[in-house]
Amino acid sequence: MSTLALAVRDSSTMLRRNLLHARRYPSMTLNLLLTPIMLLLLFVYVFGDVMSAGMGGGADRSAYVAYLVPGLLLMTVGSTTIGTAVSVSNDMTEGIIARFRTMAIHRGSVLVGHVVGSVLQSVASVVLVGAVGVAIGFRSVDATALEWLAAFGLLTLFALALTWIAVGMGMVSPNAEAASNNAMPLIFLPLISSAFVPVDAMPGWFRPVAEYQPFTPAIETLRGLLLGTEIGINGWLALGWCLALSVLGYFWSKSAFDRDPK
Amino acid sequence: MPSSVMPTPKRADGHTSPAAVSTTGLRKSYGDKTVLDGVDLHIPAGSVFALLGPNGAGKTTVVKILSTLITADGGQARVAGHDIAASPEGVRAAIGVTGQFSAVDGLITGEENMLLMADLHHLSRSGGRRVAAELLERFDLVEAAKKPASTYSGGMKRRLDIAMTLVGDPRIIFLDEPTTGLDPRSRHNMWQIIRELVTDGVTVFLTTQYLEEADQLADRIAVLNNGRIAAEGTAEELKRLIPGGHVRLRFSDPAAYRNATLALREVTRDDEALSLQISSDGSQRELRSLLDRLDSAGIEADELTVHTPDLDDVFFALTGGTDTDQPKETAR
Repeated sequence: MSTLALAVRDSSTMLRRNLLHARRYPSMTLNLLLTPIMLLLLFVYVFGDVMSAGMGGGADRSAYVAYLVPGLLLMTVGSTTIGTAVSVSNDMTEGIIARFRTMAIHRGSVLVGHVVGSVLQSVASVVLVGAVGVAIGFRSVDATALEWLAAFGLLTLFALALTWIAVGMGMVSPNAEAASNNAMPLIFLPLISSAFVPVDAMPGWFRPVAEYQPFTPAIETLRGLLLGTEIGINGWLALGWCLALSVLGYFWSKSAFDRDPK
Repeated sequence: MPSSVMPTPKRADGHTSPAAVSTTGLRKSYGDKTVLDGVDLHIPAGSVFALLGPNGAGKTTVVKILSTLITADGGQARVAGHDIAASPEGVRAAIGVTGQFSAVDGLITGEENMLLMADLHHLSRSGGRRVAAELLERFDLVEAAKKPASTYSGGMKRRLDIAMTLVGDPRIIFLDEPTTGLDPRSRHNMWQIIRELVTDGVTVFLTTQYLEEADQLADRIAVLNNGRIAAEGTAEELKRLIPGGHVRLRFSDPAAYRNATLALREVTRDDEALSLQISSDGSQRELRSLLDRLDSAGIEADELTVHTPDLDDVFFALTGGTDTDQPKETAR
């Protein structure tokens, strides 16, 4: 069997294993979904009027729903990948991984299985949160099919990038608790991005923190695609962040996996 | 303390058998702690080899290195004809490993674990199902096949573990402490399983801290202590390494104990336990002469035990001081 065929076959076996885990034990994935959904409901129904008025949208909170949903979709990706870090860390402490390492299988397949499985879970979670968003009144402003496709592509690419980082975090964490702590930035960063309020509504000293991080350009791009706002340079920035994080996470995870286990 | 290493094993016809595993000067340290300090092994194909040693002797490290899980700091090793450093893939294709901690996926069922192995060995769908079903049957796991592996008992997990190892039909099987933590019945089951493996011509490399296990299963035994092979050979050869057995007399009456020490001159005394140890090969003749001397002095011991050297003695003689347990006396 050629190297590529071997890689594809073993990776799809590992993917099946990870999806089986996710299907048998959905509680963690569902728990992680709660955070973005609760924040969505909280900001729309509790803070919605104030936020809407503050942003010049008047007393009608539908403007704020439109503003909020793209950010929360990307936050959902961040939140799902915390689960990835935890499950990778858990998995690495299992004896079965030692078995995989002593078998004549494609070496990267263990990680690829985790990554692909996690991206699929992220996409499913985004669809669920998106459905909640639509249910409470989110409507895109005449987005074309191409824009929808681009939005979907951006979410997937963003999920891929954060997943590789999360896999790296899981690999270097000694246990599940540490993995979950190490992965906190993945859910913390969207809170200090333009997900909830525009960057120019923040105090001047804080703006760089909100601007120079992956969530803000990705959120602005998604808003542009779904709501027709100005994307500008954010599209390229988002793409750049995704590629850089994917490459970084890939090499980080790979070198951690190739190291001798304890 | 005997520390000689037995010569390379020869077959009856005098030819050195092809080695399934051979190592020279294997070394490994973690930080400044030296775990393996030059390990030489030669294991003929189709035999059962036991690496015996106390906890922390480095047994698991040897298995991890030979199974390509970790890399050695120095020395060479060939497994199934492949150099472990130059051709780890070749080694992996020939071996099966059952580690000390169960290498099963607890989140999925026993059957799913077996099918996972079949997929990773690139068996066809029907071939995989057949092999999985056969092995589940052979290891008495049919009833539990649809339950998550995390719900299995220790013995069941270990059986599933070995069944998974056998899916790829490995020529060399590493079993790291296969019976640690098992109850006596499961242990005997496991021994039976290991004996059956060898009848298929498979080479078994097992580690154990149980002397009885090595004695029961292994063609050859190496005693690993402080990162070195302290002795190697068959169980019989190892037993010959240490001085012969003894007879132990125990008294409850201090006066009788004193009389006995006077009547029998060459004894090892234990004044606190009121017991005497007399060197003896345990033969009928030596026992009779001992009893005659006791009779003629009118001494009656409360207990008499004959102790013949067993692997325990070898083990304690070779690994002296690392374990505080006393060798057990066997009444015969």
